[in-house]
Amino acid sequence: MSKRVLLGAAGLIVFVGMWEAVARSGVIAATLLPPPAGLPATLISEISLGFWQAMVLASLNHYLIGLFVGSFLGVAVGTAVALFPTLDAAQAWIARLLRPIPPLAWIPFAIIWFGISETAAAFIISIGIFWINYFTAHAAVRGVDPDLIELAASFGHRSLAARLRKVILPAAAPGILSGLRAGLGQGWMTVVAAELFGITGIGQRMMEAAGLLATEVVIVYMLTIALLYGLSDMLFVAAQNRVLRWQRS
Amino acid sequence: MAAIVELDGISLTFAGTNAPVFSEIDLGIERGEFVIVVGASGAGKSTLLRVIAGLLSPSTGRIARKTEERPDRRPIAMVFQEARLMPWRRVRDNVALGLEGLAVERAERDRRVAEALRLMGLASFGDRWAHELSGGQRQRVGIARALAVDPDLLLMDEPFGALDAITRQTLQDELLRIWGETGKSILFVTHDIDEAVYLGDRVLLLGGSPATVVRSYEVTAPRPRNRDADEVSRIGSTVKADLSGLFDHGGGI
Repeated sequence: MSKRVLLGAAGLIVFVGMWEAVARSGVIAATLLPPPAGLPATLISEISLGFWQAMVLASLNHYLIGLFVGSFLGVAVGTAVALFPTLDAAQAWIARLLRPIPPLAWIPFAIIWFGISETAAAFIISIGIFWINYFTAHAAVRGVDPDLIELAASFGHRSLAARLRKVILPAAAPGILSGLRAGLGQGWMTVVAAELFGITGIGQRMMEAAGLLATEVVIVYMLTIALLYGLSDMLFVAAQNRVLRWQRS
Repeated sequence: MAAIVELDGISLTFAGTNAPVFSEIDLGIERGEFVIVVGASGAGKSTLLRVIAGLLSPSTGRIARKTEERPDRRPIAMVFQEARLMPWRRVRDNVALGLEGLAVERAERDRRVAEALRLMGLASFGDRWAHELSGGQRQRVGIARALAVDPDLLLMDEPFGALDAITRQTLQDELLRIWGETGKSILFVTHDIDEAVYLGDRVLLLGGSPATVVRSYEVTAPRPRNRDADEVSRIGSTVKADLSGLFDHGGGI
């Protein structure tokens, strides 16, 4: 194992150790900072009661729908805008107007439009993901080397579909994929908030537990999100490396 | 005469400008002929190639392409100065670029790609990525990609301009060998006069503003040529003198 990995592991152990020490010392009440040693038991209890599986599945469902819708629309619209200068000019001020609105500010409209529903949660999650992908896809497509587009044209690939397939999408892939990866993380960050207003999922369970001062349950779900994010990011990077294996390492 | 492509009074003015890049260019390339275009930078040499390739439309004039139209080949293929390989494709798939979209079966495509790679001495390089190649190898792939579509006319835009002297000479000789074996017509742009007179049957000097074909030189020296042969270097000196004469008169730049 490399020195870096060892140091990283050592840092993590020291962090958890200090957390445990502070929690046990009695300086801080256990409800304010539950000791990490008690967390496995809490997790087992959540699993045996069936909460953990149900909440993770529900959140995963909102997350995946939001992720696919937001990513697909973000990449599609970002690409289209980068391809057509007229569209680009027309969208500039719309994007400036809507972009700074945080996804959570859409909660009232999400409820009015979709009710307290899974769709509402997925909608809120998709907004942040949409903007990330919109801007990265836009920049990636704008950055495609025009010489390669001319090359493809000189070998007969002149239609928009052929240009997209033979040049633009593969050339923009590194940028588009980095946007997709950033969106993957952004999505997990909004999942909890999107469920706070009563939609079944990790966020809702955390709110319930917090209301009862069951802070160890809150922490179990915080770590669950970290784990789910870590897993999805790892899987994505593996896929990304495969798609981009042509890049100079 | 069996001209493969004939330009008749071609002029080009880019949209938004009123100074033509070139005007009234008449030029015919015979089947199997090796024609060189030289001229100062900015004289419109590369632009002329793009007009012939159909990437740009001339403002006036007529281009007659007497190339053989067949669904399994492209009559004109281009080689660029920077090899322009797609970094996300392996060498083999870069060479196949022009075959995609033609009526060529998978097996036939593979055969033609392998044949083009073999011709360029790259038979064992098919699986490489572009970044694993040297500058000379990249340019070989660029030429193989053009040969794979079996064109009647090869348009070459300063293909060896960015290479070191040794690699350039090697590739010049290989190009002559392939030209001899395949009988393709070649229109080759360069700013290197020695390269021009070593390779060409005919050298056209492009100059003036707007540019026209100022002079044409027949290089009759027998092949294979010696780079230092009197006849070759004599024509080279004439072209160089004419080219600097153009500068003295303020044309071409």
